Amino acid sequence: MSHSHTGSAGFDPVALAARYAAPIFLIVLVALFALAEPRFMHPLNLMNILRQVSIMGLIAIGMTFVILTAGIDLSVGSIVALTGLVAAYVAKGGLDDRFAIGAAEQAGNPVFLAILAALAVGALCGSIQGAAVTRLKVPPFVVTLGGLTAFRGLALIFSGGGPISGFSPNYVWWGQGRIEGVPVPVIVFVVVAVIAHIVLKTTRFGLHVYATGGNAAAAELNGVPVRRTTFLVYVIVGVLSGLASFLLSARLNSAEAVAGLQLELDVIAAVVIGGTSLFGGAGSIFGTVVGVLLIGVLRNGLVLMNVSSFVQQILIGVILVLAVAVDQRAALRGADR
Amino acid sequence: MTDVLQLTGISKHFGAIEALMGVDLAIAPGEVVGLMGDNGAGKSTLCRIIAGRFTPSTGTVRLDGKEMHFRRPSEAREAGIEMVHQDLALCDNLSAALNVFLGRELTMGVGPLRFLNKRAMQAKAAELFAELKSETRPGDLVKQMSGGQRQAVAIARTRLSEPRIVLLDEPTAAISVRQVAEVLDLIRRLKDAGIAVILISHRTPDVFAVCERVAVLRRGTKVADKPIAETSPEEVTGLITGAVESA
Ligand SMILES: Nc1ncnc2c1ncn2[C@@H]1O[C@H](COP(=O)(O)OP(=O)(O)OP(=O)(O)O)[C@@H](O)[C@H]1O
Ligand SMILES: [Mg+2]
Repeated sequence: MSHSHTGSAGFDPVALAARYAAPIFLIVLVALFALAEPRFMHPLNLMNILRQVSIMGLIAIGMTFVILTAGIDLSVGSIVALTGLVAAYVAKGGLDDRFAIGAAEQAGNPVFLAILAALAVGALCGSIQGAAVTRLKVPPFVVTLGGLTAFRGLALIFSGGGPISGFSPNYVWWGQGRIEGVPVPVIVFVVVAVIAHIVLKTTRFGLHVYATGGNAAAAELNGVPVRRTTFLVYVIVGVLSGLASFLLSARLNSAEAVAGLQLELDVIAAVVIGGTSLFGGAGSIFGTVVGVLLIGVLRNGLVLMNVSSFVQQILIGVILVLAVAVDQRAALRGADR
Repeated sequence: MTDVLQLTGISKHFGAIEALMGVDLAIAPGEVVGLMGDNGAGKSTLCRIIAGRFTPSTGTVRLDGKEMHFRRPSEAREAGIEMVHQDLALCDNLSAALNVFLGRELTMGVGPLRFLNKRAMQAKAAELFAELKSETRPGDLVKQMSGGQRQAVAIARTRLSEPRIVLLDEPTAAISVRQVAEVLDLIRRLKDAGIAVILISHRTPDVFAVCERVAVLRRGTKVADKPIAETSPEEVTGLITGAVESA
């Protein structure tokens, strides 16, 4: 039985190619880098790519829910800054010895409290924005643009200008540790991706996310709780931003108010490259994972080949536009994900 | 009192537009009423009020003699009122089966761990489409469907529950002669099951084929409400256009 909400359209090679454009391109890209640069396929490098994309990928999963409802969240980078500081603050039990390495071991709180705090503040940020979108009827672009500046401002005030660094080994393990050689953030990313996929494709809530993005008015007429669904997707992206931020602070052994600057751009690019429509109603977690990997592979391969980061930016921009162009053609042909 | 639905003095204005002015209408169980009128006469607005999509500016809606104040369509649906909306209210990005069950999805699982039972929804939707003699395949995306297939999806929805009242807002506007016959047949079956039906249509032959009463709206006012046996297509056409003042 298919796990898709969407039906079969018969065999159409062009539509099929358009539908799988991102995965095909990812495979081609990996093959090209493998040929051009032997170091690329080294297992350590591949694991490195996964580690690098996992934190951005977690947020991209949340962003997929939001974009599926035809929304957008520009504030994720700022939520990352704020929630990372909150996690660090809780772990350290205050700001008194903000730089003291290992101080948390004596004075601070257990790591799970730091994680909970990051998730809770992320959820709160998402709730505020979700409420503004659903109750005040302010367009998501505007609401989260406000969030982008407001949460960053909050983070700057909260941090008092400097980083909070030096956590307990238990804390740092979440960012730097490995299980059977696999970095912990990668494991978290994979687990969250699998859960998100199941939620979207097999639950009522997931169906309601697609219905809200497909035709909110029709969904509402049929008794779909459109407002609640819309509210929840902003909470989800907030929570996942909090989780990602905790992992980031653990990896860097530091949290600061300038963390996650312009992260929203990478995240949205990954989701859109992965084939999720900005108009809502079409897209998948699988696509987003591919989009996230594409950006990670491109960055990593180009660095290995000594291509400047400016050229990387240009390439990602071009791919983004191409991905949407392919998608539009697919839409015109009636193909769907 | 035997009427299942009773509207009294229903008015509705949208800003300066008076869509309905003091409309009364009553329906008994198993009765089929044709609701006719020119474009913009207020037919859809009246049915949307019954179905909880709009609240009336003034007037009351009674179901089995009990005054109802629906705040949203799902409340009306729970009270036993199903409606096929003129715009069909479909999500193009979902399959036919999921559209049929939207808002009333079948799930399986234990406790809070519940998952969509897509297999059951597909099977039930296939059954409903077969009953409507429609070629609609439950797994197809609504986006790719013809006007008639889309209409079948919207009509199939009304068959999920055991409604008291079914409101059909131009259910035959986009479909073939053969499918029109199926819809008219369905209406007769609803009637036999004791369900009250309001059929909005611009097609006089359809109304004369299945309805026992016809009500005509003109610019928001009810200008006629009489048994089909006591009127003629010519009179009804005159009432709609205003050539006949009222009857
Ligand atoms: N949501 C709305 N907002 C403002 N005006 C509305 C709204 N819905 C209907 N109207 C107005 O109310 C009047 C009646 O519209 P309604 O849709 O009930 O007509 P109708 O009889 O169903 O016509 P048709 O045969 O074209 O479907 C029209 O003048 C229309 O412009
Ligand atoms: Mg109408």
